[in-house]
Amino acid sequence: MSGERGWFGRLRERLSRTSRALGARLGALVRRRRVDDELLEELEEALILADMGVETATRLTERLRRERFGREVEERELRETLAGWITEILARVERPLTVDPTRRPHVILVVGVNGTGKTTTIGKLAHRFAAEGPRPVLAACDTFRAAAVEQLVAWGERVGAPVVTGRPGADAAGLAYEALQRARREGADVLLIDTAGRLHNKKALMDELAKIRRVLKKLDPEAPHDTLLVLDATTGQNAHAQVATFRELVEVTGLVVTKLDGTAKGGVVVALAERFGLPVHFVGVGEGVEDLRPFRAGAFARALLDLDAPAEAPAS
Amino acid sequence: MFEGLTQRLTGVLDRLRRRGALSERDVEEALREIRVALLEADVALPVVKDFVRDVRARAVGQEVLRSVTPAQMVVKIVHDRLVELLGGRNEDLRLGAPPAVVLMTGLQGSGKTTTTAKLARHLEKRARKRVLVASLDTRRPAAREQLATLARQAGVESLAIVPGEDALAIARRALERARRAGFDVLILDTAGRLHVDEELMAELAAVRDLVRPAETLLVADALTGQDAVQVARTFDERIGITGVVLTRLDGDARGGAALSVRAVTGRPIKFVGVGEKLEDLQPFHPERMASRILDMGDVVTLVERAAETLEKEEAERLARRMARGRFDLEDLRKQLDQVRRLGGMSGILAQLPGIARLRKQIDASRLDEKLIVRQCAIIDSMTPEERRHPEIIHASRKRRIAAGSGTTVQEVNRLLKQHREMQKMLKRVKKAGGLGKLLGAAGMPPGLPPGVRPH
Ligand SMILES: Nc1nc2c(ncn2[C@@H]2O[C@H](COP(=O)(O)OP(=O)(O)OP(=O)(O)O)[C@@H](O)[C@H]2O)c(=O)[nH]1
Ligand SMILES: Nc1nc2c(ncn2[C@@H]2O[C@H](COP(=O)(O)OP(=O)(O)O)[C@@H](O)[C@H]2O)c(=O)[nH]1
Ligand SMILES: [Mg+2]
Ligand SMILES: [Mg+2]
Repeated sequence: MSGERGWFGRLRERLSRTSRALGARLGALVRRRRVDDELLEELEEALILADMGVETATRLTERLRRERFGREVEERELRETLAGWITEILARVERPLTVDPTRRPHVILVVGVNGTGKTTTIGKLAHRFAAEGPRPVLAACDTFRAAAVEQLVAWGERVGAPVVTGRPGADAAGLAYEALQRARREGADVLLIDTAGRLHNKKALMDELAKIRRVLKKLDPEAPHDTLLVLDATTGQNAHAQVATFRELVEVTGLVVTKLDGTAKGGVVVALAERFGLPVHFVGVGEGVEDLRPFRAGAFARALLDLDAPAEAPAS
Repeated sequence: MFEGLTQRLTGVLDRLRRRGALSERDVEEALREIRVALLEADVALPVVKDFVRDVRARAVGQEVLRSVTPAQMVVKIVHDRLVELLGGRNEDLRLGAPPAVVLMTGLQGSGKTTTTAKLARHLEKRARKRVLVASLDTRRPAAREQLATLARQAGVESLAIVPGEDALAIARRALERARRAGFDVLILDTAGRLHVDEELMAELAAVRDLVRPAETLLVADALTGQDAVQVARTFDERIGITGVVLTRLDGDARGGAALSVRAVTGRPIKFVGVGEKLEDLQPFHPERMASRILDMGDVVTLVERAAETLEKEEAERLARRMARGRFDLEDLRKQLDQVRRLGGMSGILAQLPGIARLRKQIDASRLDEKLIVRQCAIIDSMTPEERRHPEIIHASRKRRIAAGSGTTVQEVNRLLKQHREMQKMLKRVKKAGGLGKLLGAAGMPPGLPPGVRPH
């Protein structure tokens, strides 16, 4: 799995560029220190800086306090321990996105707030599916944002997938219906539906998404088979509200976390995993067509704590 | 899921339910809550630490106003500091000689293209400028078409798209066109880029060197978490930003990133984005942002009103006493307190006849906070008897007072002398029949507390 290692290496490299402060401390990792308030506070701060949220960060460091206080340890050991606990939390949500070939098509609705990477993720997913076998069709149901259709069409050309489009301002639900009909006709295996970015606190826009779902169900009561919420890794604690609302209103089935190639670590995912337990399928690590990787609990947890790649890349 | 600061502090502080100054212990507990509230609002940790340190210094010893609770008092202190840090009053764009270039920068998906069009529309409509926009984004599919479409909607000209050109070439052509056709403003939209992407940051620096922007704006998303610090710092260091636009304030995020970005770069937040439509651009309001970050609700107004009432009552009382030529150390203590709390003498003196002329000068005077705190401590270490009859304070009492307040005998002397001068002045005022006549054009009133001095 050289791809996995490659991704991790890249992520690691970029993450360590991140926090020079933390990076400088890496050298001190092997120094033996007593587990005292100061050390625990440093660790708690590292977790907070990764956007994990105060509650989760505190709970984890309190557990360290209970189990290790007063002992002499290497800082690395403590970080390993924390990474281990976080891996446990995340392991429950590390689940691949599987396309059921009998559905023809397996319908995937992609939703999220503005600018998180929905359209790009659809391009990358289509590329991935096409390479693995299932034939994708894309639906440009963002009929609102300027040139959103052209953007998806460009992705369709890039990855060799047909794109169903409508006129700007057209009814998104009507277009989704049409796209599903056409995907069926053409015997596609997957239908990926792009939607306009919308803030979860806008009721009218959320109703529009609900309508897309209703309309799809007229053709296939099971559709959409997956509803992916795309989260930007730079997002802070508002991710909680995003997941809560999208999940309630459109039954999100899984998450994709994008822009992990920056310095944001996406630590809020840990808190989200505890609170909602929604699967995390993929992470985005760049703007290119190849820059989508399956989510790996261990790698993600270790990156959060500025630790090296695991000795063995976890098998999928 | 996250409670506002007011609720948090109410839990902690209102159990105390007592009057007097905020003690170190009260404040310490409150600060823990403030820290968590700020972090939950996504203010970056280093910024939170500074903020908390700062508020601690301001809050300890602060008198709790009558009719408000300690929690409300702390909320008010936090609020005022937040507003101050977020940047005082609103700042507009500073456009130089035409064509003034505005360079839009930021991470992928932060809202640069939309903001470019909003700003162009704003400048054409509000400032009656002729604006040209151009997209240097050759990376994201259909990015240039996106800007062209938005420009059309805004009724603003956009630079014709020439396929195959790189960012620098487009910038050159845009500048050329803006000069030739006499545009007032040229707004350049750029591709989103990560601050750690060396190659793209170098490209942006090259564009900057070519176009010499009057404004370089960082477009940042209000949903951003801890990363805001790294992003803002790097963009500022590498490119040099002159202002910030905070987008997606129409969401329900607390928007702590506003404070992070502002604290790290020191640059003003010039506009906020409040929707996807082109008219959804507004000037930045530090007050509103502060309330939003900490959800302080009506508490701030409540405390302000209480402070006003108290200030007025107290000022009237003092004025009456002063007019009678009576002014003991208790009065001085109250006055120092008000000066400290309200940041000026104007409230008190405004009650006195003929003082209006002096107001400007007094408003412009600055407080030496530490000195006032020490002077309050000195008076607090006196017995009530001593405060009412300062003439009984001789050597041994002075030593006791100095020791009790952690000051020196010299400082005690200085305060007593100050007070004697104020009393003398008031006696003369009484004779002269008004403060204004006495002071005339002579400048500062001799009796201003020593902590207050003109600058
Ligand atoms: N660095 C990086 N950039 C990304 C990633 N995913 C998407 N982007 C970029 O983020 C920006 C927004 O991506 P889009 O795919 O247009 O996002 P969207 O959610 O469809 O946006 P709207 O439809 O406008 O709401 C683009 O510039 C993408 O190239 C990622 O994983 N890493
Ligand atoms: N709700 C909301 N959406 C915004 C705002 N500003 C931009 N957007 C949306 O955010 C997404 C990305 O904006 P865009 O201008 O393309 O970002 P860029 O990649 O930085 O150029 C689009 O869907 C915009 O409609 C805002 O203030 N509020
Ligand atoms: Mg899109
Ligand atoms: Mg753009």
